Amino acid sequence: MPGSEAARLTAAPGGLDAVDRALVEATEAGLPLAERPYHVLADRLGLTPETVMARLRALADGGVIRRTGVVPNHYRLGYVANGMTVWDVDDAVVDTLGAKVGGLDCVSHCYRRPRHGAQWPYNLFAMVHAADRATVTVRAGRIADVLAGHYRAHAVLYSTRILKKTGLRVSS
Amino acid sequence: MADDALDATDRAIINGLQGGFPVCERPYAEAAARLGLDEATLLARLRRLLDAGVLTRFGPQYRPEALGGTTCLAAMAVPPEHFDAVAEIVNGFTAVAHNYARDHALNMWFVVATADAGAADAALADIQRATGLDVLAFPKEAEYCLDLKLPV
Repeated sequence: MPGSEAARLTAAPGGLDAVDRALVEATEAGLPLAERPYHVLADRLGLTPETVMARLRALADGGVIRRTGVVPNHYRLGYVANGMTVWDVDDAVVDTLGAKVGGLDCVSHCYRRPRHGAQWPYNLFAMVHAADRATVTVRAGRIADVLAGHYRAHAVLYSTRILKKTGLRVSS
Repeated sequence: MADDALDATDRAIINGLQGGFPVCERPYAEAAARLGLDEATLLARLRRLLDAGVLTRFGPQYRPEALGGTTCLAAMAVPPEHFDAVAEIVNGFTAVAHNYARDHALNMWFVVATADAGAADAALADIQRATGLDVLAFPKEAEYCLDLKLPV
């Protein structure tokens, strides 16, 4: 049925349809390690390879897929020092400076989050992964340089133990 | 496999393939060519790096919000003598995706992943009830980048 195939090639506007959901579920744990991975997925899902590829391109173009590639295990790569650096940054400049901090090579994630009174004055979170704490400290210094004159306090919270780590599984 | 067992080819793959994997009939062949490798080598290396746990995954990384899901960071100040018991309670919630001990008065930091913001609030309230401890919510208000840039 060429008509329904044409419909399947195009993602549903404004949201994910059942075909997208099936693709997400089939790929969130990883792509098949085969010469033609999209053909393998197509066989598994009862779709054509063209549909699988068109849908995945559309999901990437629409920002549903952030990127496609390797997901390294920080700890196995020797990045054993995991420092959550947190900063109390002036609200007037936090977005401008947050973008600069997020752009630093040494910062893997950077977010603005709410303060919680005197218990937690920090509104900017920047994650730094490194081989040791001394290196994290040096990198926190580079963040401090970017924020110079615009933050009142900061702290570095090191992870001392991973208590639970499961992949984010959003479907089903 | 220890970190020092990674050779130059492994490092080139890990550094060069954190994004941009192509969508085409033979994507491994195309990605391999960019790295100066052949398809069979890239496939074999990826399989080995995954088996060794150097890579946790290979494939598309979905933005939870774009799938209609949401994540929320939360933290608690857990009395040290109850730390393990509280960790067990918190980890028992399927909504809890990650949980880390950190060296601060707020010593337990976890992420809940749920279908929507309402479910996240409900999960945090459930955790607060189950542990008898205040749960502070740290929803992300802005994201300034999310690129893994870990040269190896």
